[in-house]
Amino acid sequence: MTQTELNKKHDIKTNEPLFKQAWDFFASVKLAIIVLILIAATSIIGTIIPQNATDSFYFHKYGEFLYKLFLILDFYDMYQAWWFLLLLLLLGINIVACSIDRLNKTWKIIFPNKISFNIDRFKKLKTQKSFVQKNDYDKIVSEYKLYLSKRFKTIIEKKSENSTAIYVEKGRWARFGVYIVHLSIILLLIGGLIGVVFGFKSSLNLNEGQSANSVFISKQKVEKKLGFTIKCNTFAVKFYDTGAPEEFKSNISIIENNKEVFKKDIIVNDPLRYKKINFFQSSYGVSSADGVTLEITSKESKMIYHQKVNIKQTFTLPENGGEFTLMRYVPQFDFKGHNIGEAFLGSVKKADGKEFMVVLPKRFPTFDKMRKGDFAFIAGDHTKKYYTGLQVTYDPGVLYVYLGFIFMIVGCYITFFISHQTIMVEITKSKNDELSICICGKANRNNQSMKMKIEKLAGQLSGLVIKNL
Amino acid sequence: MESSLILSITTFVYAIASFLYIGSWTFKKEILAKTGFFILVGGFLLNTSGIIMRWIESYKIGYGHAPFSNMYESLVFFSWTVCILYIFVELKYKERIIGVFATPLIFLAIAYASLSPSIGNEIAPLIPALKSNWLIAHVITCFLGYAGFTIAFGFSIMHLVKPENNEGNTLFSRFPSSSVMDELTYQMIVFGFLFLTIGIITGAVWANSAWGKYWSWDPKETWSLITWIIYAILLHLRVSWGWYGKKIAWISILGFLAVMFTYFGVNYFLSGLHSYG
Repeated sequence: MTQTELNKKHDIKTNEPLFKQAWDFFASVKLAIIVLILIAATSIIGTIIPQNATDSFYFHKYGEFLYKLFLILDFYDMYQAWWFLLLLLLLGINIVACSIDRLNKTWKIIFPNKISFNIDRFKKLKTQKSFVQKNDYDKIVSEYKLYLSKRFKTIIEKKSENSTAIYVEKGRWARFGVYIVHLSIILLLIGGLIGVVFGFKSSLNLNEGQSANSVFISKQKVEKKLGFTIKCNTFAVKFYDTGAPEEFKSNISIIENNKEVFKKDIIVNDPLRYKKINFFQSSYGVSSADGVTLEITSKESKMIYHQKVNIKQTFTLPENGGEFTLMRYVPQFDFKGHNIGEAFLGSVKKADGKEFMVVLPKRFPTFDKMRKGDFAFIAGDHTKKYYTGLQVTYDPGVLYVYLGFIFMIVGCYITFFISHQTIMVEITKSKNDELSICICGKANRNNQSMKMKIEKLAGQLSGLVIKNL
Repeated sequence: MESSLILSITTFVYAIASFLYIGSWTFKKEILAKTGFFILVGGFLLNTSGIIMRWIESYKIGYGHAPFSNMYESLVFFSWTVCILYIFVELKYKERIIGVFATPLIFLAIAYASLSPSIGNEIAPLIPALKSNWLIAHVITCFLGYAGFTIAFGFSIMHLVKPENNEGNTLFSRFPSSSVMDELTYQMIVFGFLFLTIGIITGAVWANSAWGKYWSWDPKETWSLITWIIYAILLHLRVSWGWYGKKIAWISILGFLAVMFTYFGVNYFLSGLHSYG
């Protein structure tokens, strides 16, 4: 290219309309690579900084300056930060522009007006194999044609005075593969966006027997109506011998217009879905306790009595000691600033009318003895009441995401493992009644396997005729 | 437990195979590599039976789950997947010398599982979150992906240490030609990429059926996505920009570091839902 030509080309480029320039920018592979690098690199931040924790947690962890800096940069919820979403949007635009740009050319290759081939161009290929056959020219040509037509749909023949070239191809449509992959990413982005905008996620703790008709979404701090009532009938947890939980199960009812319309046991990995809202078993805990067996030691007679008592229940103490009322159960009892674990609180009303409180922590059986009263109380076995921790989600974007998953797998498979292969077999008459056969081929991808394919085809074609001799 | 014993023997057998492959390369004795291949296949059969026996043992104890539930089991399976993929590659491409890098990696993974004091080999009951049929599909596909990238890493290292001018008879010049290694690296990455894709997808579908969210930006998920993106960039650079050879080899190594961080680093340095392995 001469200098003037170069200048001309340069002029054309700068004079291009703004739209064209913008289009080229958004359709470039360069942008795709830069955006992908940025997405991958920034994603690391969210794996190091815990996401969506409380302000005080971050403040203590990072100190005032970093806390404020990270807050401004949205690092505490970075996967939903404006700049991260902008990167995803850029990726989406890039993929669409890129695909439209290239699909134009690919379309013409996939649906050509007429399939043609160039003998010289094939003969310049590196992937080729030649061998010699001693046989009748016409017979070989017809045999090869028959053999190839069984294996390939498209078959074209070019004859000249001394030679015949047979062109076959397959997998032209496989050039679509990469567009299927790109479409799948667009579907994933759309599905994800729909989920963020229209879906919700919440946790719901229900005691046995408790019900709820709405959930609280902590992120937006709003109450969301379910449109029906969900009730936890029972909850049960099973443990292995090692003490690790084996299974936890909630029996859940759905109630609409005061009627039970649906009932199901849900366990981890087996949720309940009703009206597109999903309820997952995610955790559990002890909400309250009842029916505790008390061990009562009389200071005077040294006698030990056992008495089972429920919360809010009163019984008469032996030896005319008055009355005992079990007041309540506290999961975490605070004793002079120390958490001493679960405890039962009781009230003793002595025969002379004096009333006082007793604290019976489960972990410290001798706690009440130190009070040095007429009776020492120890809280023994009790029945536990659990609450079930449910995860409640609604995501109308899942359908698009799943469709995207299918497209992604199919597209990747086609792109990487099916290629557009074109093969030319040329049969040339040479001296001494010999025929020289040349097989050349190429594939738009995976040329290594093309080499093997040609070797194999050469073996088959040379063996073919010997059989028919 | 008999399975642990068999897997310890497997480690030993893989060690012998590695020595033979390395010896064959150093002393230019083809016969050593041939013997190494048979020993490797023997090790693979032992590895397979060890995994199956462990599966049966877990049923006998009463826990009854596939042996994919902790770091020990996952490392043993990792060796298995890299080994089967390598055997396939050697049979298909007839390039024995690749074994110089692939077999030590197979050995190292299972040796780490057997010998590291921090990795317990007892069969533990399955936590409720792992009780799903998706476990098997998810683990197998992810590990086939990892295996592809691991062998690609072996090729990439060979590619980088091979001198530019192919003259002389140094150790490194005995490696296959650059174009062959470039092609094989690409093939392994493509294989790994397809399976990592399926692995991430099966994980997402499972997460959606267990927790109601197909994607939670959990550190393991995020790092698998980062790995996926690195290889996606590599494929674009190769196909659209025509990068090949050592440049691609460097990115392949970077991708493998991301694989290792996804596999081990996330569990050791970061916390999340994926704490079991």
